[in-house]
Amino acid sequence: METLALLADGFATSLSPLNLMIVILGVTAGLFIGAMPGLGSVNGVAIVLPLTFIVPPSSAIILLCAIYYGAMYGGAISSILLGIPGASTAVATTFDGRPMAQQGKAGLALIAAAVASFVGGTISVVLFTLFAVPLADLALAFGPAEEFALVLLAFTTFVGLGGDDVLKTIVMICLGLVLSTVGLDLISGSPRLVFGDLPGFYAGISFLVLAIGVYGIGEILYTLETSRTAPSVTPAKITFKELGAGFRAMNRMWKTMGTGSFLGFFVGMLPAAGATPASLMAYGIARSTSKQPETFGKGNIEGVAAPETANNAASTGSLLPMLTLGIPGSPTTALLLGGMVMWGLMPGPMLFIEQPDFVWGLISSLYTANFAAVAINIALIPLFVWALRMPFTVLCALVMVLCIVGGFAPSQKMHDVWLIAGFGVAGYLLRKADYPLAPLVLALVLGPLMEKSFRQTLIAEQGNVLAFVERPLSATFIALAALFFVLPLVKYLRKGGRRSVAPAE
Amino acid sequence: MLVADRVIAIAIMGLSAYFMWHAVELPIGWNGMTGGPGGGAFPFWLSLIMMLCAAGILVRSIGRHDGGQSFFDGVMLKSVILVVVALFATIALIPVVGAYIAIPLFIFWYVKVFGRHSWLLTLCLTIGTPLFLFFFFEVTLKILLPKGITEPLFFPLYAMFF
Repeated sequence: METLALLADGFATSLSPLNLMIVILGVTAGLFIGAMPGLGSVNGVAIVLPLTFIVPPSSAIILLCAIYYGAMYGGAISSILLGIPGASTAVATTFDGRPMAQQGKAGLALIAAAVASFVGGTISVVLFTLFAVPLADLALAFGPAEEFALVLLAFTTFVGLGGDDVLKTIVMICLGLVLSTVGLDLISGSPRLVFGDLPGFYAGISFLVLAIGVYGIGEILYTLETSRTAPSVTPAKITFKELGAGFRAMNRMWKTMGTGSFLGFFVGMLPAAGATPASLMAYGIARSTSKQPETFGKGNIEGVAAPETANNAASTGSLLPMLTLGIPGSPTTALLLGGMVMWGLMPGPMLFIEQPDFVWGLISSLYTANFAAVAINIALIPLFVWALRMPFTVLCALVMVLCIVGGFAPSQKMHDVWLIAGFGVAGYLLRKADYPLAPLVLALVLGPLMEKSFRQTLIAEQGNVLAFVERPLSATFIALAALFFVLPLVKYLRKGGRRSVAPAE
Repeated sequence: MLVADRVIAIAIMGLSAYFMWHAVELPIGWNGMTGGPGGGAFPFWLSLIMMLCAAGILVRSIGRHDGGQSFFDGVMLKSVILVVVALFATIALIPVVGAYIAIPLFIFWYVKVFGRHSWLLTLCLTIGTPLFLFFFFEVTLKILLPKGITEPLFFPLYAMFF
C-alpha cells in the first residue's frame, strides 16, 4: 500500500506539464531513432545525452528513459517495413513481421507490434514497481564488500551468459576497467595513466566520450560498410478496420504476451542478457507452444507479438538493478546510470530514501511513457513510412555532427572530441572482429565503483582478503560469480573442445 | 579475417604493455601502511590479464584456417576511409576556422559530394544545421562552440543574444 501512495505522489511529478511534454517529446524522438536501421536505444541515448542539459536533471533522466522506451517500440517499425531490424533487440520481430508486410499486412503487423510492446511494457512496469522497494531495502545492507562482489557478478555474467567469445569478452572488460582508472587515483589522489602527459587525461575518460565514440561514430561506420544498397520500404496504411482487427487478434494472445512479459523482465535484469536474447527466447517459446508451429516464420502475428512484448519488458527489467542497486542491466541503462551520476543523482538504495520524488516520478513516467508510445506509434505510422525513406547519407552526416558537438558540449574540450573519433574507429574495428562492446561500456561506468569498493574493503579490514567471503551476502555473490566464470569452461569441456561461436549482440 | 584477428590481438597486447608501463609509476603491490593494493595495482594487473587474454587469442589463431573471408568489404572500405578522413579533418579544422565553418563544410561534403544529393537538400542542411547548433548550444545552453579565426564575426551576435 505504501508503494501505491508513493506511486501516486510520483504521478504528481510525472504528470506536470513540463514532464508530460518531455515524455511525449522523448517517446517521439525514441520512436524515430529506433525506427532508423542501425540506430537503437543505446545509440539514441548516447547521442541525445549531451543535449539534455537543456532541462533540469530529473526531467533529463525522464527524457532519456522516454527515448529508451520509444526506441524499443520503434525498433519493430523497420523490422517490419524494411526487413532490417531497427536495433539488435528487434531481430526476432523480422522473422514474422517481414513476411506479414510482404503479404500486404504491414499495418496489422505494426499494430500488433505496438500493442504487444504496450502490454510488455505495462506488465513489466507493474513488476518493476513491486520489486523496486524490496530490492532497494535489501541493497541498504550493502557495504563496500557487497558492492564489489555485485560488480564482479555483473561482469562474470558476460563471461558465463554473454555468448560471445570468452577471451574477447574478458579483454573488453579489462580494457574498460583500465580506461576507468585514467586520471587521479581515488585513494591517494596522485595522477595515473596520464597518456602522453596530455592535460585532458587528468579529468579521466568520461563514459559519454566512450559511448558517443563507440555507439555514435562507430555505429555509423559499421552501418556504412554493411548497408550497400538502400532497402525498399513496404507501404503501410492504417485504417480503423485494421485497428479493430489488430486489437481482436491481440486479444487472443494473452498467454503469449504474458509469457513474453515475465520472461523479458527477468532476463532483462541480467547484465549480459537483456532485450535481444529475451526476445529470441520469447519467440522460441511462442513457436514451440503454438498449435501451428509451422506457420511461424511465414507471417504469424504471434511471432510479432512475442518478441515485442519481451524486448519492451526487458528494457524495463534492466532499469530495475540500475535504479535500486546501481548496477545497470544493459548498455543503455549503463549510460542512464552515467548520466544520473553526472547530474549528482547517484543510483542505488539511498536514492529511494534521499530523492523519493525523483525516483517515483521516474517510475510513474514509465507508465505515462508507455501510454504515449503506443498512441504516438500507431498515430504516426504514415510519418515513419516517410521517414524511413530518408537517405542514409543525410542521417549519417547529421548524426556525426551531433556526435562532434555533443561530445564537445559537456566538458568543452577538443581533447574529448578527438577521443570520440578515436574510440569510434577503434570501436568499429573491434566490433568487426567480434569483440563485444557492451562489457566495455559497462566496465568504464562501473570501474570506479569496483576499484573504490575493493580498496575500501581492504583498508577497513587491514588488508584481509578473506573479508569478501566472510560476509554472507558478498560470499553468495562471489560464489555465483565463480559459477558464471567457470560455466564457459564446463561447456567447452562438455563439447569435447569444439568451440561455439554465438551471434554477437 | 584471421590476419585481422591476429593484428588486433597484437595491438591489444601492445596497448596493455603501454598501460602497464604507465601503471608502474604508482605502487602496484600491496601497500603495507594502509592495507590493500597501491594506486597502480588495479590498472597494472588488469592490463596483465588483458595481455594474457589477447595472447590467448593470438595463440589460438595459429594453425587455424578460415575460408579466405576478408575482414573488410572491399567496395565499402573506400567509403569508410573517406568518411573517417573527413571526420578527422573536420575535428582538426574546428579550433582553427571555427565550428561554424568546419561543420557546414563537412555536411556539404557528406551530402553533396559523398551522398550526391540535390543542391536544394544540400543547401538546406548546410545552412540549417549551424543555425540549429547556434540557437541550441550557444543561445539556449550558453555553451560556446570553438570559433577560431571567425570569433570577431560573432561579436555582434553575442551582443544581440546575451
